[in-house]
Amino acid sequence: MTAITSDFVAAPVLPKWVVPVLLLAFAYGVVPLIGSSYVFEAILLPFLALSLAGVGLNILTGYAGQVSLGSAAFMAAGAFAAYNFNLRVEGLPLIGSIFLAGIVAAAIGIVFGLPSLRLKGFYLAVSTLAAQFFVQWALTKFSWFSNNSASGVIDAPRLSISGLALDGAVGRYLFALTIVTVLTFLAYRLVSSQTGRNFIAIRDNETAARIIGIPVLRTKLLAFAISSFIIGVAGVIWAFAYLRTVEPDGFDLDRSFQILFIIIIGGLASIRGAFFGAALILVFPLALSRLGGFLLGDLFDSGVLDMSQRIVLGALIILFLILEPDGLVALWDRVRRRLLFAWQST
Amino acid sequence: MPLPSYTLGVMEASAYAPEVFARGLPSGPRPEQSFEDVAKSAGAVAGDASALLSLQGISLSFGGVVALADIDLSVRQGEIRAIIGPNGAGKSSLINVISGVYRPDRGHVQLDGTSYAQVPTQRLAHLGVARTFQNLALFKGLSVLDNVASGLAYKVRSNFAGQVLGIGRSRGEQRDSRSRAEQILEFLHLTAIRDRLVGTLPYGLQKRVELARALVAEPRLLLLDEPMAGMTASEKSEMASFVRAARDRFATTVVLIEHDVGVVMGLSDRIAVLDYGRKIADATPDEVRNDQRVIDAYLGVASDNEDGAGI
Repeated sequence: MTAITSDFVAAPVLPKWVVPVLLLAFAYGVVPLIGSSYVFEAILLPFLALSLAGVGLNILTGYAGQVSLGSAAFMAAGAFAAYNFNLRVEGLPLIGSIFLAGIVAAAIGIVFGLPSLRLKGFYLAVSTLAAQFFVQWALTKFSWFSNNSASGVIDAPRLSISGLALDGAVGRYLFALTIVTVLTFLAYRLVSSQTGRNFIAIRDNETAARIIGIPVLRTKLLAFAISSFIIGVAGVIWAFAYLRTVEPDGFDLDRSFQILFIIIIGGLASIRGAFFGAALILVFPLALSRLGGFLLGDLFDSGVLDMSQRIVLGALIILFLILEPDGLVALWDRVRRRLLFAWQST
Repeated sequence: MPLPSYTLGVMEASAYAPEVFARGLPSGPRPEQSFEDVAKSAGAVAGDASALLSLQGISLSFGGVVALADIDLSVRQGEIRAIIGPNGAGKSSLINVISGVYRPDRGHVQLDGTSYAQVPTQRLAHLGVARTFQNLALFKGLSVLDNVASGLAYKVRSNFAGQVLGIGRSRGEQRDSRSRAEQILEFLHLTAIRDRLVGTLPYGLQKRVELARALVAEPRLLLLDEPMAGMTASEKSEMASFVRAARDRFATTVVLIEHDVGVVMGLSDRIAVLDYGRKIADATPDEVRNDQRVIDAYLGVASDNEDGAGI
C-alpha cells in the first residue's frame, strides 16, 4: 500500500501535453538545423519508421492482446501498395497514395486477423506467420507489384507535398516526422477512447468483455485493421523516406521480430514505449560497434559485431522480460518519479 | 419439447429499455405489461407471468458428470433469490447457463417472456442482464472508473473514427457514460479510488468494483456468483447492504450464489438449494432453515437441533 500511495505523492507536476509539445518543437525547430546527413539517414529516418510500426503493433498486441508476427508483411503491403498507387493512378497526390496504401494494409490485416476469432496466444502468433510468408511470396512471385522489375526492387518516387519538394535528407525527415506525429496523435486518441478501452477489456478478460456486451469479434478485427493501417504507413516511410529502394526480402521475418522486440523492450500497451524501444534498438548497435572498436580495435570486425549484437540483444530481451516486463517506459517513469521526489523533498 | 428458435426480431422486441420501468418500485411487474392482473393473482407458480426469469427442465452434464439435473426455477421481478448448496452442487453452472456461457443439454431459459435454448451471451447486456464472476473478471489494465464505464460499452453507437476525432455522438456518449459510472461509484462508495488501476486494489474492493460494473447498466436481472467469497465478516455485511440497496434503487432482480448461510438468510427473499445438480428445496429462508433435506445435505446441523440454533 505504501508504494501505491507514494506514486500519488510524486505525480508529475507538468500537464500531460507539455513534454510532447516540447519534443515536437525540438524535432521541427532544432534538429533540422543541427543534424548531419548521417544522423538523418542512419538514425532518425529508420527511427521514425520503426517507431510508427511499433505504435501500430502496440495497438494490436499491447492494447488488444493479439500477438502478431506479421508486422513486416503489413509494412511491405503498405510500401508496395503506395508504390503502385503512385505509379498507376494518374494525378493522385502522394498523401492519397499513402492513405490508400494504409487501407490496403488494413484490408490484408483483417483477412489475416480472421484466425484471431478462434485462436489465442501462440496459436494466433503462428497463424499470423502466414501473412508474413504469403505477402513476401506474392510480392516476389508476381512481378506486376514491382512494375516488372526483374529483381522485385522498387524505387521510391520523388517526395513532394502540394508542390513542395522534400527530396533531401532534411525534407524526407520532415515528411516522415509529420506523418508519424499525426498518426501517433490519432493513435493516442484511439487508445484513450471507448474503442481503446474495449481493446484492453478484450485483452484482459474476453469472456467478461463479451458478457458486458462489447462486440468482441468486431473489435478484434478493428484492432487488426487499425494496427495494419499504421504499420502499412510505416512501411511507406521505410521505403519512400528512409531506404528509397526496397525489395520484398527487406520485409522478412527478422523485421517482424524487430518490431515485436521494440514494443516488448519499450513497453507493451504504451504509445511512448514504441519510441523508447525503437530508439534503443537503433542506437544500441551503433553504440556497440563504437564501443567494440574502441576496446578491441581491429579484432572487432563486422562479423564479430553482427554476432555480438545478436547475443547482447537477446540477453537484453531476456533481462527485460524478467526484470522490467513493462519495458523502458516503466523504467523511465520510475526514475523520473524518484528524481521528482528527491527534488521535491529538498 | 419443441424449442422456439429465437430470431433477431424477437430479440429486438425484448431489448432492454431502461426508461420503461418505474424507479422506486422495487417489485411488481412493469406498468405497461398487459398481463399485470394475471401476474398479481398467479403467485409464485413456476413459469408464471410475473417471473422475470424462469428455467424449465435445465439439464447439463460434462462428459459423464451431471452438473444440473432437470432444474426448474422461477425468479420473480424484484426479488433477491439465493442459490446455495455444497461445493460442486452446480450453482455456478446454473449461473453460466442463465448467462449463456454454457448451453444446457435439455431445457430452456425464459427471460422476460422470451425462451432460449441458449441465452445469446453477446446480447445479454441488451436483454438487461448483468453478472459478476466467482473469480474476479475485471479489466486489470483499466482504472476503476474505466472498468465501471465499460459496463455501458454495449450502448456505444459511435464508431472509432468519431471517437478519435471527437465528433458526432461520441462526445455525448463519453460524457454520459462517465457521469453514470461516477454515480455508481458514489453509490458504492468507490469515488475515492476512481482513478486507481483495479489490479492494485485489495480483493474486497475489486469485488465491489465488479458489482459497480454490473450495476452501471441498471440491469433488470443481476447475477452474482459468490459476491462475498473470501471477504471478512464486515466486508460481507457491507456487500449485503449494497446488494439490497441496489435492488431497492434500481428495482433490479438479483440471483446470487453465496456460501455464507448467515448472510444469505438475512439477505434473500427466497432460497433455492442445490445438491448434486438437483434442486432439493426452494422456499423462504425460514422454511429452508427447517427443511430436513437441506439440513442433511448442506447445513450440517445435527437433526435434533430443531430450532436451528447455531446456523
